[in-house]
Parts: sequence; structure tokens; C-alpha cells
Amino acid sequence: MAVASIAHYEFPAKDRVENFHGNQLVYLHWEDHLMFCAPVAFPLPPTMSFRGMIENVLTPAYSPHPDFEKIDWAAVRWTLDDVVVEPEWERSLAENKVGHKSLLRFITPGLEGIDGKHF
Amino acid sequence: MNAETKIERKAKKLGLKERYGHLTRGLGWETTYQPMDKVFPFASYEGIKIHDWDAFEDPFRLTMDAYWKYQAEKERKLYAVIDSFAQNNGQMKITDARYVNALKIFLTGVSPLEYLAHRGYAHVGRHFVGAGPRVACQMQAIDELRHAQTQMHTISHYNKFFDGLQDPRHMFDRVWYLSVPKSFFEDAMTAGPFEFLTAISFSFEYVLTNLLFVPFMSGAAYNGDMATVTFGFSAQSDESRHMTLGLEIIKFMLEQDPENVPIVQRWIDKWFWRGYRLLSIVAMMMDYMLPKRVMSWAEAWGIYFEEAGGALFEDLARYGITTPKYADVASKEKDRLTHEVWSTFYNYTHAAAFHTWIPNDDELDWLSEKYPETFDQLYRPRFEHWRALQEKGERFYNNSLPQLCNVCQIPMVFTEPDDPTKLCLRNSEYEGDKYHFCSDGCKDIFDYEPKKYIQSWLPVHQIYQGNCGGSTMPEVLDWYGIKNGSDNLDYEGSPDQAVWNEWTKSAHKAVG
Repeated sequence: MAVASIAHYEFPAKDRVENFHGNQLVYLHWEDHLMFCAPVAFPLPPTMSFRGMIENVLTPAYSPHPDFEKIDWAAVRWTLDDVVVEPEWERSLAENKVGHKSLLRFITPGLEGIDGKHF
Repeated sequence: MNAETKIERKAKKLGLKERYGHLTRGLGWETTYQPMDKVFPFASYEGIKIHDWDAFEDPFRLTMDAYWKYQAEKERKLYAVIDSFAQNNGQMKITDARYVNALKIFLTGVSPLEYLAHRGYAHVGRHFVGAGPRVACQMQAIDELRHAQTQMHTISHYNKFFDGLQDPRHMFDRVWYLSVPKSFFEDAMTAGPFEFLTAISFSFEYVLTNLLFVPFMSGAAYNGDMATVTFGFSAQSDESRHMTLGLEIIKFMLEQDPENVPIVQRWIDKWFWRGYRLLSIVAMMMDYMLPKRVMSWAEAWGIYFEEAGGALFEDLARYGITTPKYADVASKEKDRLTHEVWSTFYNYTHAAAFHTWIPNDDELDWLSEKYPETFDQLYRPRFEHWRALQEKGERFYNNSLPQLCNVCQIPMVFTEPDDPTKLCLRNSEYEGDKYHFCSDGCKDIFDYEPKKYIQSWLPVHQIYQGNCGGSTMPEVLDWYGIKNGSDNLDYEGSPDQAVWNEWTKSAHKAVG
């Protein structure tokens, strides 16, 4: 039973990708940096390159944190929807299999927030 | 008049039970022109089996006469207090203007729920087959409408002096964090009548109600807000009747058929979790927003859920009902919940219809004392960092929109039950799409009825779909009805703070 209903109940999902005007939703989360209280959400074109996303989306979102400028990008570990991945920066989000409502988490070894307090 | 007629007249006077019988006479009729299931279509689809509707007697029936009299008296007293509050500038007798932000949350987040409760109870009152539950629900519908009215009348006095109280109904339907209480109630109202009563009457009003009343009404009393205390008292006698309905309806379902037990248990699990998540904003108020604190959230959870709820679920064990699923997770979260939620509103105060602030030194020390295991280790450093930024004129605001839980609609801010340093992020796939949740509790709710929750109106997604007035922050704030620069942003530097400082200065001058 997918819903308890008095009658036939069939509606399309409210957040299906067609409703986002050519964009798809992407969620980003920087592990151990809870100064940003939750992962952040962006509508992005699937053709955007991974590098473009880092430079134009992720950087403005997270650069207010003092750890941000210390990130060694070569050492960053990524997960995409709970699976460990190694993104190809010059390829698009779609080519990197970042889909609608995908969650990309990044872990920055050695950086665990201000005073190592996960913040 | 002789002695005989006197005796006759006395004998004719009806007892309370008989009078109630006459009041409700004929309400439980069997239909003849149309089949019963067409007239009462909601009575059976949830799977609850009722063999004898008359076994549910309205728990209020013996107090019905007194009810009308007391309600009228309570109204007179309430409006007398409101008048005197207004005439004596009661708004100046509160502890501190920061307190008013708790009222802003109440008026925009809770009072519209009272109105929805009115609608919900009127609806299920129509759709139950038995006269007992129908009358009980209709009476409660009247109470709930009265609560919505008295709350708006009482709090409206503050609207003359402080920002953010100007349009609570408009905000309730639009502002991002108000989708949390709104979705909670709409989820209940779009369920069947038995689930609605389990959700609202039992799980919320019976099990969790003290956690709403202690912070709001005791908080009001501690902080000099006599207007709110008065509507609290005025509502409280109604609440005890509502709680009775909550417990009676659960027992009624459980006693009618053993097959009802697993259905009721699932609803108790679901609505405990949704109710608990809804209370997180109230929890935050207890620890952060009352200038004079009543007790900490962790203490309140210990007394009102772990102890009182523990005893209740021991009582219900004879029916085969167990403590709600994930109650243990709520207990694990009690030392961190409020700090996480206050941090969230601190992140997003620019989009809220109330102010936030960094607790002062005394308040930080109170939090350290109440949360010895977590506060100094994890949360004090955050506030000290943010305070240092603020002192440099660089108040931190999170300028990105947060990912939301698809069920409770709260940003995904809660941490793993066993690790307060890692966010708890869960997801499911349904018909090829991904859905995200803040907890196993919310994920379970989705997984059982995905077709319902794929329809969730998630504020962040709605903004990105272009349904909230525009794509820029000023456009969205305008659509919300939030006045930028006065209703939102930090308390420090707000017009509320300025007017309060001006008053307290003149009060000191007048005294001194």
C-alpha cells in the first residue's frame, strides 16, 4: 500500500525534474563543518562541469568558513548518494552521474572545523 | 400548590445523563434512503473495525451543563485581563523584548494550528458513525476555534509595539519554517478520522501537550507576560477535556477489535515522531528564547516524556501497545536538539519573521550547567566564534538555501543518534526519484505511504520552481510578507531592541 486513501490516488511527484526549468536539484554537504547547519540545495544545469560547480556554486557557499582556504582539493574525498566516487572535474554533472536530488558530500582530511569542533 | 405536585415536579427534573441524551437525541441514526457507507465513507477505509459504536461514550457528557457556564465566565475574565493589560502598558512589564520573539513563533506557528484543529474536528465529527465521538469532536471543534480567536486577540496587543506579528495567517501558508507545523497538521487532516484523532488528540494533545504548555504558559508567567498566561489558563481546562478524548478514543479502538492494535501502534509511532520533530522549535524556545528560563528542554523531556509517557505506555501495554518507535532516539537527542535548532535559525534569521541572538555570558553558563556533557565541548565554541564575528561587524548568515527533510520539512540539521558531530542523512528511492529524510523516523513514515509525501510542498524546492514571488531574496521575503530590516535579522540593532531600550531608559528616568 503506497497510500491509505478513500479513492484512487495518483498524482505526479511535486519535485520531479521537469518542474525545475531545465535545472536539476543538487545538494552539497561539507562533513565536519556544521557552521552550515544543513546540506545546501541548488538548481543546476546537468551540463554544468564539475569544476564549474566547485568554482561558482560550492565556493561562494562555503568560503566564509576559515577552513575553506586551507582545503587541499587533491586530498578531498567525495561521496555521491552514499557511494565513494572520484569526480572528473572537467566533465559535466550528468557525466559524473550527479542526478536530480543527488547528495554530494565532501570530506576534507585534517580539517574538522574550528578548533576541531566539527563546526 | 400542595405537597403532591411538588413531588411530581421534582421527579420530572432530568438528570445530567438524561439531559445529555436529549441533547444528542437522534444523532446516531441509521440511514434509510442511502446506504450507511455512502453517507459515512470515511468510517472504514483505514481498516479500523468498530463493532459497537455505542461503546464510546462522550467523556464530556457529564460536564456538558457546566461547560457552557464556565466557558462564558472564562471569556469574560479573559477579555477583562486583556483590557487591563492594554490600559496598563503590559508590554513594558515583560523581562526583555527578546521574549516577544517567542510570541511571534506562537502566533505564526501555533495559533493557525488551533484553527486547523477546529476544521479537522468539525470534519471528523461529521464523519464518525457513532453519536458519542461525533458530539465530542464537534464540541472540541468549537473550543479550538475559540482558542485561535483568543490567542489572536491577546497577542495582537504586542503587534502595536513590536515587529513580525502583522500577518500570521499569510505567513503560515508561505514562510519556509512555518511549513513544518502546517505540514504536520495537513498530514493529519488528510488522513482518515481515526488517524486524525490518534495524531492530534492522542499523540499530540495527550502525550506531548505538557511540552507545549510548560514552555509557553509557564514561560509567559516567568517573563511577565500576563496576557498570554491568561489565555493559557483559559484554554487549559479545555485541554484536559481534549486529553480525555485522546485517551478514550485510543482505548475504544483497541477494545473494539484486536486487528486494530497494529494499525493504532503504527499511527502512534508515526505521530509521536512527527509531534516530537514539531516540538523542536518549542524546545529551542525553552533553552534560548526565554530571558528567564523555566527548565531546560532535557529536563522537560525527562519529566514529561520519559517519566510520564513511560507510565502511560506501561498502562497501554495490556492492549499490546508499546512505547513509540524511536523514543530512544529522542532521548539521545535531548542534550543537543535545542543547540542545533537555534544554530539553524541563527543561520537563516535573514529569512525569518523573528530575531535571533547570541546568548549572553550568563545564558551561556546556564546552558553549560544544564548540558554538562555537550555544551562546552560542541556548542559554546560555535556561539563564541559567531559572537567574535558579530563584534567585528561580520554577523554570519548562511546565504544558501538548506536541504529539507521530505516528511517533517525541517532542514536536515539533526545529527546521528550516536554521534552529534555527523549529520543524520537518510534517503529512499520511489518511482525513480530520490527523497531525503532527517531521521529513520521520517524515512519510515515516507516508506509506508510514499504516494502521500511525494506531494510535499517543500519551501526550498518551491522557490527554485519559481512559485514564491521570484528568485531573489527580497522578492521571496516580500512574498512571505516579511519586512526586510525590521521583522528579520539579528535582535542586536533591530527596531524592537531600539524601542525597548528607549522605554527602559525612560522608565529608569521616571523612577530615578
